[in-house]
Amino acid sequence: MKYLLLLLLCCGPVTAQSEPKAASIIKKVDENMSSDSRVTESQMIIHGRRKSRTVSSKGYSEGYEKSFTEYLAPAREKGTKMLKLDDRLWIYSPATDRVIQLSGHMLRQSVMGSDLSYEDMMENRKLTEMYHVKIAGEETINGRLTWILELDAKVADVPYVKRKMWIDQKRFVPLKEDLFAKSGQLLKRVTMEDIAQIGGRWYPRKMNYKDMLKDGKGTDFIVSKIEFNAPISEHLFSKAVLKK
Amino acid sequence: MKLAFQLAYKNLIGAGLRTWLNVIVLSFAFVVVIFYNGMIDGWNEQAMNDSIAWEYGQGQLINDKYDPLDPFTLQDGHGMLPPEQTKGLTPILLRQASIYPDGRMLTVALKGIEAAQSILDLPTEKLLDSKAALPALIGNRMAASANLKEGGEVLIRWRDKNGTFDATQMTIVGIFDSNVPTVDNGQIWISIEKLWKMTGLQDHATLFIVNNESKIGKIVGWGFKSQESLLKSLSDIIQTKKVSGSLMYMMLLAIALLAIFDTQVLSIFRRQREIGTYIAMGMTRWQVAGLFTVEGSMYSFMATLVGCLYGIPFFMYIADIGIGIPPASRNMGIAIAERIFPVYGLGLILGTVALVVTSATIVSFLPARKIAKMNPVDALKGKLQ
Repeated sequence: MKYLLLLLLCCGPVTAQSEPKAASIIKKVDENMSSDSRVTESQMIIHGRRKSRTVSSKGYSEGYEKSFTEYLAPAREKGTKMLKLDDRLWIYSPATDRVIQLSGHMLRQSVMGSDLSYEDMMENRKLTEMYHVKIAGEETINGRLTWILELDAKVADVPYVKRKMWIDQKRFVPLKEDLFAKSGQLLKRVTMEDIAQIGGRWYPRKMNYKDMLKDGKGTDFIVSKIEFNAPISEHLFSKAVLKK
Repeated sequence: MKLAFQLAYKNLIGAGLRTWLNVIVLSFAFVVVIFYNGMIDGWNEQAMNDSIAWEYGQGQLINDKYDPLDPFTLQDGHGMLPPEQTKGLTPILLRQASIYPDGRMLTVALKGIEAAQSILDLPTEKLLDSKAALPALIGNRMAASANLKEGGEVLIRWRDKNGTFDATQMTIVGIFDSNVPTVDNGQIWISIEKLWKMTGLQDHATLFIVNNESKIGKIVGWGFKSQESLLKSLSDIIQTKKVSGSLMYMMLLAIALLAIFDTQVLSIFRRQREIGTYIAMGMTRWQVAGLFTVEGSMYSFMATLVGCLYGIPFFMYIADIGIGIPPASRNMGIAIAERIFPVYGLGLILGTVALVVTSATIVSFLPARKIAKMNPVDALKGKLQ
């Protein structure tokens, strides 16, 4: 009994310290993963049941509200442009030479049949703004020691009420992330690889998004070039850009 | 006039096989016109009754932000009514969701309805009886496309009012068989109380099914659609089908009328002496033309009688057993029963008789006009004119 009491006394301060430490970890993760603006060149490899296809794009984003993406390949998608301002989304299709405006609801749909929604792609809000964090343990992933963080939403308008992240203890970058439904059902798993130092911060160059309720290998998102806090011309976030 | 009919009858019977060939072809056209229109009317009646029973009730009160033809309006197209205004109304809340049968994702419309309702034929009492955490009803088209069976479970994922994901196992407690695909294809029905809890949209509805139309007044933010206006698109589709199908029987009727026309031309050519005799005996030329016209139109009376002879038993048999519709046609997205039972209204029968008689009279009269221009002496001599 006295050993149990001793154990509880020892654990008490650890738990109390866990949350401030977790908060500082997640703050450092935010520093690596979030930015005021970014310009990204990427490939999205969508693994289908029979074959995979690759979609290349160049994206510009400023905060959570403004985002512009131009698709560069394959030929079928080349020239397609997407502009997101707040919860409005416009898509320009060169095949029809028309601009279509979609409601905010469309942001929740899959991007070109991938396991990513527009919302997933454009999410740039800081985790510290959205979640309470605590450390749940430690684990080694691919030879790197990680903290396991449990994130519980503190705001209502988040797609995933619970998240679990495996954070590299040296680089403060997530190596794996599980996204849960309110019921606790695991919905998506994101695995990060090829961590590289870009512009003084650590950032994963390859991410795999996997819808855990579906069969298949998910969607790979490969960043070939990324610039953080780069100045972006304001005209890129205007409807005038949605032309040939 | 009586004489004209007597003469016409004798002449037709005397012509033998030629008359009967014309009569049979015309009677066939007569039967086909009634059969085809009876089928369309039967389909129309069944589709309307089924749509009222399964989907429309006595009308719908629809949220102004919801457009049934635009799925993107599902997100925001809902609202609340004060409790005193919901009397006689059955609320339905629509949300989008995804189900994952056999490891594949299917986007579905998740519909919440009062489990105790009785305005629609949906077997919602099964939702009340079930002890499953999330009991659901689906139609047999949905069951086939998602490969789901009664008692089976499937994972469903949806978003609450804030856009937060949630997911749970859903149990299929009933699979209904409806002729109305718009309550079946890609749809899952659950209790509205459950859907309110799942989404946080307590007491919200996308639309209300009206039990008693007369109680609906003007409500701000909501628009009332009467049963007639809801059924209009269905009637329009069926009417279009009726018009396109009429081309087929019009061609058949045209062939029969062409045969009558040819017979008339031949009669007038071969019976010139007879025409001359009639005129010589005191009939005016127009009276003779009338005689030949009556003779031609008599084909249509005889065709009606012959058509009735074999048509009535045929119609009665088809009305009893119906015509089977292939399963592929039942998934066209329009209400259509497994078997269509034709409806032969008095208007349809009288209208078809009038159509056949009038058209036969017109095509008989056209060649008979030549008689009015004939020289009676030359006609009596049998000279070609």
